[in-house]
Amino acid sequence: MSTKRAMAYHYSVTCFIYFLLLIPLLATLVYSLCDQWGATILPSGFTFKWYIQLWTDPRFLTALYHSMTLAVGTLILSAVLIVPCVFVVFYYYPKLDTGLNILTLLPFAIPPVVSSVGLLQLYSDYPLLLTGTPWILVGCYVGIALPFIYRAVNNNLRALNVHDLMDAARLLGASSTQAFFKLILPNIRKGLMASLFLSFSFLIGEFVFANLLAGANFETLQVYLYNMQQNSSHFTSALVISYFSITLILTLLATRFNR
Amino acid sequence: MNNRLCRPFLVFIPFFIILGLFQLAPLVWVVINSFINNDGHWSLDNYQQVVSSPFYRQAFTHSFLVSIFSAVAGLLIATIGCASLRHMQGKIRNIMIAFTNMTSNFAGVPLAFAFIIVLGFNGAITLMLRKWGWINSFDLYGTQGLSVVYTYFQIPLAMLLLYPAFDALKVDWEEAASLLGASHRYYWQHIALPVLSPALLGTFIILLANGLGTYATAYTLTSGNYNLVTVRIANLVAGDLFLQPNLAAAISVILMSLLIFITCVNQWLVKRSYHVY
Repeated sequence: MSTKRAMAYHYSVTCFIYFLLLIPLLATLVYSLCDQWGATILPSGFTFKWYIQLWTDPRFLTALYHSMTLAVGTLILSAVLIVPCVFVVFYYYPKLDTGLNILTLLPFAIPPVVSSVGLLQLYSDYPLLLTGTPWILVGCYVGIALPFIYRAVNNNLRALNVHDLMDAARLLGASSTQAFFKLILPNIRKGLMASLFLSFSFLIGEFVFANLLAGANFETLQVYLYNMQQNSSHFTSALVISYFSITLILTLLATRFNR
Repeated sequence: MNNRLCRPFLVFIPFFIILGLFQLAPLVWVVINSFINNDGHWSLDNYQQVVSSPFYRQAFTHSFLVSIFSAVAGLLIATIGCASLRHMQGKIRNIMIAFTNMTSNFAGVPLAFAFIIVLGFNGAITLMLRKWGWINSFDLYGTQGLSVVYTYFQIPLAMLLLYPAFDALKVDWEEAASLLGASHRYYWQHIALPVLSPALLGTFIILLANGLGTYATAYTLTSGNYNLVTVRIANLVAGDLFLQPNLAAAISVILMSLLIFITCVNQWLVKRSYHVY
């Protein structure tokens, strides 16, 4: 194959695949911006009314608020819990790394539906009545964020000369805790922030736990979306696009931090 | 000295409490209770019920069919895509990768909605294909439709997982092979694919597990009417009819055992396959 023909082939393959990936998104976008799209191939009537209807719906705003506070709360808790652990393993007990690594994959290996079976039975009764509250979601979501944060912080620490930095800090009279907060933490900030944004977009996209464990008592964005399926599909399209724009902004922020 | 090494250990306590409560405890509950029957005795009744029921066997068949199909199709498309993506200019490539990252987030409920618009009964593409006479009917809410939707969300994930592996292929190898008279096909068959095989196998397993564990997409698309393992499990613990959490636990254990078995086979295959380094 000549180079020119080869390049033409590579371009058309890539364009075709990305076109396929784009179709559902584009269709949803068009759908959300038009008045009617019945049994015809092309839509008719450009309008913003579905977006106005969505963004003035108090139930939507509540769901958005629930999703946001839940995700932010979970990520703050995750960072506080996980970052010191990763550092301690890296600096004091490098032998535990493999074990912790396997542990971080656990939430990936067990489908959320399976965990929900146990969670619903364990926490639906006194003294730990957690189902139907956001607290059980916080607990589960820490597990979802764990692999991302663990990976990012661990990679960052590897790139850093942690042992020399810590020795230097101690030589200058800092305690290990002080050195961690004033020296290590600022150095891993970028990677940590990137992983937090990445986890954020995963968390607001979570449906299974949110629907099975909290449901109507604490309606998140995804559960609201599911419950709105009886509504006009133009309205749900506006919802999908709004939701997607939020994750898009977060992904962009994540890549910016990663640079 | 002892004190200095013990104190850092304290940071593990809250971490393990949360992980234990919300990751390990539910898993332990599931495994133990799958062996307890309705009368509260130890038994294999739940497993027997699952294995002997055509309804539950169908759920497993459906789940595996859709997952295997989507994993193979997704992997194939992603492999072809990655091979071409590597030849793109740096800037275009970065935009493409960012886009892949973004679409990998497009799953579950929103994805199901988007597909109803595009490929539903009155979807734009369905109408177009029908008009051109390419299809008579497309059932988005059955095996056919689920396979297409699953493939859609497998492609970006497969590309993200596979793309780094393509770095193992050195550009000089292709040049060297063609200098020695190897055809393009020979190069792929005898050099590129064997080198990539561990990554391909590993990605396949992740895609398969991803497909088997998916619940939200199928649940939204078919309102739980299509018989899948995850839909069955969820219905038994949170359905409208009478609940049977222990039976759900047994189905869960079977599903996880199958996943573990597949992963072990995969590990074994990876060990036997070609290694670059």
